[in-house]
Formats: sequence, C-alpha cells, structure tokens
Amino acid sequence: MNNEHDWPLYEIFIRAKSGLDHKHVGSLHATDARMALEHARDLYTRRQEGVSIWAVRSTDIVASDPAESDAFFEPARDKVYRHPTFYDIPDEVKTL
Amino acid sequence: MYTQGLDSLGKDCLRDEAQDGARLESRFQARVDAEEKIEAKDWMPEAYRRTLVRQISQHAHSEIVGMLPEGNWITRAPSLLRKTILIAKVQDEGGHGAYLYSAAETLGVSRGELVDQLLTGKAKYSSIFNYPTPTWADVGAIGWLVDGAAIMNQIPLCRCSYGPYARAMVRICKEESFHQRQGYDIMLRLARGTAAQRDMAQAALDRWWWPSLMMFGPSDHDSKHSAQSMRWKIKRFSNDELRQKFVDTTVPQADFLGLKVPDPELAWDEAGQHYRFGPIDWREFEQVLAGQGPCNRERLDARRRAHDEGRWVREAATAWAEKRNAEAAKAA
Repeated sequence: MNNEHDWPLYEIFIRAKSGLDHKHVGSLHATDARMALEHARDLYTRRQEGVSIWAVRSTDIVASDPAESDAFFEPARDKVYRHPTFYDIPDEVKTL
Repeated sequence: MYTQGLDSLGKDCLRDEAQDGARLESRFQARVDAEEKIEAKDWMPEAYRRTLVRQISQHAHSEIVGMLPEGNWITRAPSLLRKTILIAKVQDEGGHGAYLYSAAETLGVSRGELVDQLLTGKAKYSSIFNYPTPTWADVGAIGWLVDGAAIMNQIPLCRCSYGPYARAMVRICKEESFHQRQGYDIMLRLARGTAAQRDMAQAALDRWWWPSLMMFGPSDHDSKHSAQSMRWKIKRFSNDELRQKFVDTTVPQADFLGLKVPDPELAWDEAGQHYRFGPIDWREFEQVLAGQGPCNRERLDARRRAHDEGRWVREAATAWAEKRNAEAAKAA
C-alpha cells in the first residue's frame, strides 16, 4: 500500500532558555534541514519550550556502544582522587 | 567422522547461545528490577521489543485517529475562542502521535511500516475513537472523560522501563492536563446553561461514561499481556486498579456538574472508600474492537483519504528538497 520511503530522521535538541544547554527532546522526519527546524518548532515548542533548536541527521550521530560501556568507562572508575571529597581537610582550615 | 565432529560442534554452539541468552535475559531483568531505564541500543529480549512496538504504535495510532472525532467540531465550535482551543488540542494529539511514532522507531521499525499497519487495518487503536460526536457536548465529554482516562493510564507510563517511551509520556502528560481541563470547562458551561444545554451535557455523559471505563482494557483476569508487562515494568498498575481510580476521581466531578453517571449500581462503599460500579458490557467492547463499532469504517476511511490526498504534498516536498540539495551541490 505504502511504497513511499520515509524522509530522513533528524534528532532534535532544544535550548529551553538563554544560558542553558541544548537538550535532546526527540526526533522527527523531514525532507531537509529547513523542514526539520520548522517541524521541530511546531512539534516541540508549541508552548514556548525553546529559544533555539538544533536539528542533526540521526545517521550523523556517533554513539558509544552500550554493550562496551563497562570497558569504555572503566578508566575513570578507580580515580576517586579526582573528586574534592577524597581529601580530608581539618575543620580549622576555612574556605577550601 | 567429520560430520559427527561438526554435529557436536554445532550443538555446543547452540548450547552456548542458549546460555548466553539466559544470562543476558537475567541481566536485563535485574536492570529492570533496579529501576534502570532500558535504552534503544541496549540488549533486550525480543518479546520485550515486540510488546513495546505493539503498545507504542497502537498508542500512536490512537492519538492520530483520536484527532477525527473532535476535528469534526472545529468548523462548528460555538465561539472563536472555543475554536482556537479545539484546534490547539487536536494539534497536540497529532504531536503526541509524532512523539510516539518516534519512540516506536527507536525499536527498529520504520514510520512507513507503522502507518501502513494502521491504514491496512492490521494495527489496532483505542476503540473509544470509534464512537461518534453528534453534539458540541461530546467534545466536552471527550476532554473530560476520555482524556481523563488517558491521563490515568499514562501517568504510570512516565516511569515505564523503556526510556524513549517514558520520556515521550512525560511530554504528553504535561499537555493532556490542558485537554482534560478544557473539556471539563465545556461541560461546566453547559451544565450551568439552559435546560437544553444541561440535557445535551447529560446525554454526552451517558454516551461516553461506559466506553471511557472500557478504555482501561479487559478485567485483570482476562487481560492476556498484563503479568509479563508488569514484570518488565512497562505497566505499573493493573487495568482494574486504574479503572477504579478513574471512577473514584470522576464521580465527584460529575456530582459537581449536577450530572448523573449512567449506572444504577453506582454507590459509595464507605468501608472500602471506593465507588462500587455496575458490570461493564464487555461484549460491546469486543465488538467495537473487532470493527463493529459505530464509526470504525468511517475513521479508517478518513485516515486513508487523508493519506492519499496528502501524497502530492509529500512528493512535492521531496522534489523540492532534492532540487535545493542539487543546487547547493552545484554552487559548492
């Protein structure tokens, strides 16, 4: 019945207000970047949820592999000394 | 000798695979039990994926078909304000469909396949949308009762184990609250209006009450998917629990409107602190689900027509994008 191809998929990122990061909100199909932005506006900011939109072709995203995530993030696991709470500072010492 | 060797090798491989599967599955269940979210690229049992694709796409189809009964009243809304509100609500429903299709697509199905399943009648959608909206009060009753029941169902889905579905539901639930309140507002205005308006509101409540209770699905002992979905934390409460909660919150709202819930057996149970309600006509539910409802045919025809009549727009948009891409490539 439907022999049309899906339009490319875009991942949508929205900056909720000035000063904040863009955050992933979901995805949508569009013929091109401009349509992706216009559809993202209609789909994700109907209630003024954003002041800026990024649209990225889903196929252009490079992602780490969840099956490898244990090994991939392992190097940071034994480096507790990178956190300030690792160090015991005597109470007498202020503003440190 | 060789064949024997190969045979045993084959069996070993199979056993390893089965063991691997069991290990992966128990790790998966442990993650779910620990309330970790499962994401698109994570390993998941095939049945979990299938269940989610079915549930999320049915949900998406329901949002899309759900635009029709109310869209019916956009041109005849009683004031410009009511018209703009209704347009915004129907647009939200389309948006909800889009969020949900995207969530389903993360599980490896294409949008085209899902749309096809709806248009060919292979996929189901919520049977509530196969009822007609003969008066303006039906628009009020849908917002109040149908969206009210949907919220009851959907709030627990915000904590569903599958991340993309849960996040789509958070977005949807925020918007549903507007839908329910605008519906109740319509009912309130009618209930406080003329005798004819009150009658219209009552008749709409009479029409939508029982179908709304059916929206929660079959009773717990007849629900075939429930137990597994609970284990996977796709579902958090049983159909009957949610239905009871809906009745308990909605009856006082009907009382406030001065309207009568069409159930002679409805009574407050002081000991249980619940409303007891009469038996649901599951035969009607089965019939509507099987395609024999008042509007099943009309709804699918409308969707097919919209899809066919929109084809030239999709083709033009594709051609336009291709042309612009070609021009950009030439200029570069």
